Amino acid sequence: MARKIRVLVAKPGLDGHDRGARVIARGLRDAGMEVVYTGLHQTPEQIVEAAIQEDVDVVGLSILSGAHMTLIPKVTELLRENGAGDIIVIGGGTIPEADVKALKEGGWAAELFTPGTPLETIVEWIYEHVKVD
Amino acid sequence: MSGSKMDEIKVAREKWLTERMKRKDRDVRFETVSGMQVNDIYTPEEIRDFDYLRDLGFPGEYPYTRGVQHNMYRGRLWTMRQFAGFATAEESNQRYKFLLEKGQTGLSVAFDMPTIMGYDSDHPRSLGEVGRVGVAIDSLADMETLFDGIPLDKVSTSMTTNAPASILWCMYIATGEKQGVPSEKLTGTIQNDILKEYIAQKSWIFPPEPSMRLITNIFEYASKHVPKWNTISISGYHIREAGSTAVQELAFTLADGFAYVEAGINAGLDVDDFAPRLSFFFNSHIDFFEEIAKYRAARRIWARRMKEKYGAKNPKSWLLRFHTQTAGCSLTAQQPENNIVRTAYEALAAVLGGTQSLHTNSMDEVLALPTEKSVQIALRTQQIIAYETGVANVIDPLAGSYYVEALTNKMEEEAEKYFEEIERRGGVLACIEQNFFQQEIADAAYQYQRAIDKKQRIQVGVNEFVDPDEKLDIEILTIDPAIERKQVEKVQKLRRERNNLLVRDTLDALKQAAQGTDNLIPYILDCVRAYATEGEIVQTLREVFGEYKEKPTF
Repeated sequence: MARKIRVLVAKPGLDGHDRGARVIARGLRDAGMEVVYTGLHQTPEQIVEAAIQEDVDVVGLSILSGAHMTLIPKVTELLRENGAGDIIVIGGGTIPEADVKALKEGGWAAELFTPGTPLETIVEWIYEHVKVD
Repeated sequence: MSGSKMDEIKVAREKWLTERMKRKDRDVRFETVSGMQVNDIYTPEEIRDFDYLRDLGFPGEYPYTRGVQHNMYRGRLWTMRQFAGFATAEESNQRYKFLLEKGQTGLSVAFDMPTIMGYDSDHPRSLGEVGRVGVAIDSLADMETLFDGIPLDKVSTSMTTNAPASILWCMYIATGEKQGVPSEKLTGTIQNDILKEYIAQKSWIFPPEPSMRLITNIFEYASKHVPKWNTISISGYHIREAGSTAVQELAFTLADGFAYVEAGINAGLDVDDFAPRLSFFFNSHIDFFEEIAKYRAARRIWARRMKEKYGAKNPKSWLLRFHTQTAGCSLTAQQPENNIVRTAYEALAAVLGGTQSLHTNSMDEVLALPTEKSVQIALRTQQIIAYETGVANVIDPLAGSYYVEALTNKMEEEAEKYFEEIERRGGVLACIEQNFFQQEIADAAYQYQRAIDKKQRIQVGVNEFVDPDEKLDIEILTIDPAIERKQVEKVQKLRRERNNLLVRDTLDALKQAAQGTDNLIPYILDCVRAYATEGEIVQTLREVFGEYKEKPTF
């Protein structure tokens, strides 16, 4: 039997809106993944450290403060610098379409889920893109 | 109603029921947006113990179920107050002038995340966040710019600040001084509700105990020097946005309110010296009648407790006055124009529920900060309700509706159950430590999301009536990244040019006072007047008070 997919759900930056992050964390756990939730107000450095320490397959960043263009690239960059560039970075929150495009095309995030996305869509996406032995 | 009349109704109902049960209902759940089951019909039977004078009375009179003023909107319409702020003080100042020119009647300041969390714009943690979700305020100099050309004795200003509320309030008072407006003449509100931060919005700095001290310091200082200021806006809005039900919003908010009253009394204040300045802030979600019942129940519960439990003698202490904002969490990124319609219904519920002021969300707020055009539509929505629909003519027009009265009673009963549970667990602070509120809200949020995903609840444009070829064609407000650099330069220039010896002295004095038991407001005012930055003042207090940490759960 394949091991369970490991996901770090993280809240970078200063905003405290954790409804989405906590709903997603619970949804992924209910879908059979192992989920670690960082809690609030995390710096990119703290998130990367947790991701490496927890040996996760996916980092899910939830941002509702408009700081996504700074924080998502920063996390991805730090992961690569620390030899953890294979960890898939995804994100969610109030992210305008143009920014979604820029983040994906720039290689900063593999996928971004905006408001109204059903939990199942995110679960399916992860199962499709993360291969575990 | 006499017993025999009630019997007649019962018989007639049985007869109707046999016919009614032959009809097949749609295959949906008949419940409120909070998941509360509702009957298909309400009759005098559902409110058989209804006592008009005891349960409702008259507007402006105990227990205030029908409203807090004797003539309600016939005297004065609610204050149309759009929450706004972005980028720097200059840009926000322009937006305020635009809104005042369009007929808005009060200001409401949104701060950016670094300001909310007590970091200056050049702090490493502020990177990428400056001016994004509100205006960046680092010092008195920014506050002076924010209200440039706006006389503070002519407008009332609401400021959404909590953990650092005392500092931003002092900046406002000092801005008044610069304009020649004495603090006695200032009117407005600071949110200053730290309990709901631990519970729902999660923008805290200090642990609960010193945070409560700052709040009671504000109560005391305001009662002497800023008597027309609403010192706290006890907020259910964020509890609801975090995913709570209507009953949870009602119960947790009022429980917070009682905790502040008890903190004031325990700090040695007379309840009637500060209770008249307490105000509330509720959400208006999409379930029309549930929201109206919530507001009516809130007024009645508050009046009864303040009078009977806390022994308040001044009728002004019994009044639950509240601001309302339509529900951001009810809006959808899909087909955003539909949000105009959602917001209009929510605004109507707030008005029928007797709100004192109202913010209507703009259609694009689920995507970004609103543009001028979308803000104008949101404001016009309120003006149409106020001037065209006729609903402001009659006070509490839904009173006596079997459904609305039964639902109001139900709200009160369910809230009372929560009050008992909170009491049993050792009070509000104990419940926060036990993660009780947070878990209740997370459970409700998860259930709500599951119901949407399973299509047990329909959201137009999201899980039904979806437009597969949808292309977003509304304009989105973008914040220029150059703004952050500009603000960083501004605060660094300020630090070079101000009298740094005076700043040091005032911060030292504050630190010493924080270690003792003095009221801290005069000390903070001195720091602010010397142009100490918000981050410096917070850091000084952090060194004495420490920082709050939450145990992350989901």
